[in-house]
Amino acid sequence: MKKKIMLALLTVAMVSAFLSGCGSKSSEGKVYYMNFKPEVDQVWQDLAAKYTKETGVEVKVVTAASGTYEQTLKSEIANTDAPTLFQINGPVGYQAWKEYCLDLKDTKLYSWLLDKNLAITGEDGGVYGIPYVVEGYGIIYNNSIMNKYFALDGALATSMDQINNFATLKAVAEDMQAKKDQLGINGVFASTSLLPGEDWRWQTHLANLPVYYEYKDKGISDTNNLEFTYSDNFKNIFDLYINNSCTEPGLLGSKSVNDSMAEFALGQVAMVQNGNWGWGQISGVEGNVVTAEDVKFLPIYTGVAGEENQGLCIGTENYFCINSKASKADQDASIAFVEWVFSSEEGKAAVTNDLGFIAPFNTFTDAEKPTDPLAKEVIRYMSDTTKTSVSWNFTSFPSQDFKDAFGAALLEYANGTMAWDDVKKLVIDKWASEKAAAAAAQ
Amino acid sequence: MQKALKRYFPIFVLPTLIAFGFAFIIPFVMGVYLSFCDFKTVTNATFVGFKNYTEIFADTDFVNAFIFTFRFAAIAIFTINVLAFSLALVLTRKIKGTNLFRTVFFMPNLIGGIILGYIWQSIINAILINYGTTLVANPVYGFWGLVILMNWQLIGYMMIIYIAGLQNIPTDLLEAARIDGASSWQLLKKVKIPMVMPSITICLFLTVSNSFKLFDQNLALTAGAPSKKTQMLALDIYNTFYGRNFAEGTGQAKAVLFFLLVAAIALGQLVLTRRKEIDQ
Repeated sequence: MKKKIMLALLTVAMVSAFLSGCGSKSSEGKVYYMNFKPEVDQVWQDLAAKYTKETGVEVKVVTAASGTYEQTLKSEIANTDAPTLFQINGPVGYQAWKEYCLDLKDTKLYSWLLDKNLAITGEDGGVYGIPYVVEGYGIIYNNSIMNKYFALDGALATSMDQINNFATLKAVAEDMQAKKDQLGINGVFASTSLLPGEDWRWQTHLANLPVYYEYKDKGISDTNNLEFTYSDNFKNIFDLYINNSCTEPGLLGSKSVNDSMAEFALGQVAMVQNGNWGWGQISGVEGNVVTAEDVKFLPIYTGVAGEENQGLCIGTENYFCINSKASKADQDASIAFVEWVFSSEEGKAAVTNDLGFIAPFNTFTDAEKPTDPLAKEVIRYMSDTTKTSVSWNFTSFPSQDFKDAFGAALLEYANGTMAWDDVKKLVIDKWASEKAAAAAAQ
Repeated sequence: MQKALKRYFPIFVLPTLIAFGFAFIIPFVMGVYLSFCDFKTVTNATFVGFKNYTEIFADTDFVNAFIFTFRFAAIAIFTINVLAFSLALVLTRKIKGTNLFRTVFFMPNLIGGIILGYIWQSIINAILINYGTTLVANPVYGFWGLVILMNWQLIGYMMIIYIAGLQNIPTDLLEAARIDGASSWQLLKKVKIPMVMPSITICLFLTVSNSFKLFDQNLALTAGAPSKKTQMLALDIYNTFYGRNFAEGTGQAKAVLFFLLVAAIALGQLVLTRRKEIDQ
């Protein structure tokens, strides 16, 4: 008998040891933040530790590996200990996650938002996503290489101010490519990275321009049927990138974003398309020869009429959401944490200096702006009243599957195995079918 | 004895059984149920019946992935087993350094699939760059890249199993055959192969299931590029589940169908090769 009891006890002990770790609950609110940006993981960890020290509220920060945010969120949010604070990438992301988004209309964070139009609103008028960073992208250029070119005999332009449309950009780029040995570069543009998973600068960011102009013509902000009316403009700039590069078009399928940023940082190329988040990638490259003063932004010109006044592409795809299925205490704790980050001195300092964010909140003074050269350029373009910023419309792109298919088509186009008309057709068809699939499933 | 087994059942089997239940049976049952549901996260689903299954064939991705997987599996299974068996034959002879060779050939199997994928991506790209092209330029490169990669990874493992099988052949049997004047080809065909049939069953089963279920290597090597032409079934399921909005149910339905396919093929193969096994 004794044996049996021992046996039962042993079994119970083993099973409970196995099951422990699933339990543990606290009545106080705690924060579980699912971070989107791997490059700033450490900053968030430090901020969380500081906040816990100050207020005693437990803050857990988990960062999804690059490109896996949706996957990680999908599995994490099904847990009992689900993220209380997460982010969506725009209206399409909101449609996918709306069952999990809490109305944030009455939060202080929303009241601080400078441009209320930036927030994600639902059909019921609630506020479900609040942007926490404004970013900009364009063509980053190396001013010292450009000056070297302007000093050459027979240069087609004499200053950057003259390059304010596609025709000039094309003429200058092609002339520079022809004189690349004189300029000491391998090509004008850095590699158009088309390695699968590394093509977001083209299928998302560059693709924003034709979509922006099409939406603008039609006066809409989303559509189920994209006509891709500006496809020739996309082709203009894409051809210019791949034909005047340091890499042969046929080899672009092996290049990653890091490769192109390194080429720029090492002074091998004069231009690279990317956003202000790219400064860290440029300055962090070993043997980097580009100084901060020489790093500037040029808007992406594609040959649209009136583009002389076009500015950088400025917007956001980072919106905070509070998990509506979390407990009330956790929700309140999460809101308090975010508000602390964007209003307390310590929080703001970290946001400006360590995260390098241009925060769209009125709690930040003019002095509290990031100081890295690209962020400064974004701010300069934003405050230039003669320039019209291009808004980020890729947040309305139907799905990742659409973007991947577009990127794959661009790769085939660069390899010469697909005609441009087929790329155009694929974009139109895939857009329509993915939008229809999403609509049918809702 | 019987009683003792029963008495100790809870200690020895129960923990594993519970773990198996949590990690396999429950997710499996949930997975089958979810394939009939619309859901965003696995704990929040609404039943929709067979809708997901009809959507599997709404586009040709799944069929294309199936054809690619099948072609890949056919070639990879053949080459892996033939090469592994040949290596095993060579390394069961009395030559110097057999153990060293066995270890070396086995080692690739200890490296994870993702890493192998990236390593081979660099190797193949480094070769193709001389011809002005890349691995993702043409699906043919991706296909053969994958075949080479899988051979490199699995041959060592299969070789070890074949070596064990070959070493188990009674030497008197081989000697008797030699005395009867069997040539080495006859020895191989009439004695060795029939005697290692159990190893062949295992190796075929492992290569069949591995080839059909292949995921990491596919993801790391080409990720389906160009334009999903080198996408295998598991990767297609993954991309449906995570890459598209409101298609989680379809992805799940594809996964169930995938399970049935792989199970049917693998079991069919087991039955077929089992029949050829002989008792010693």
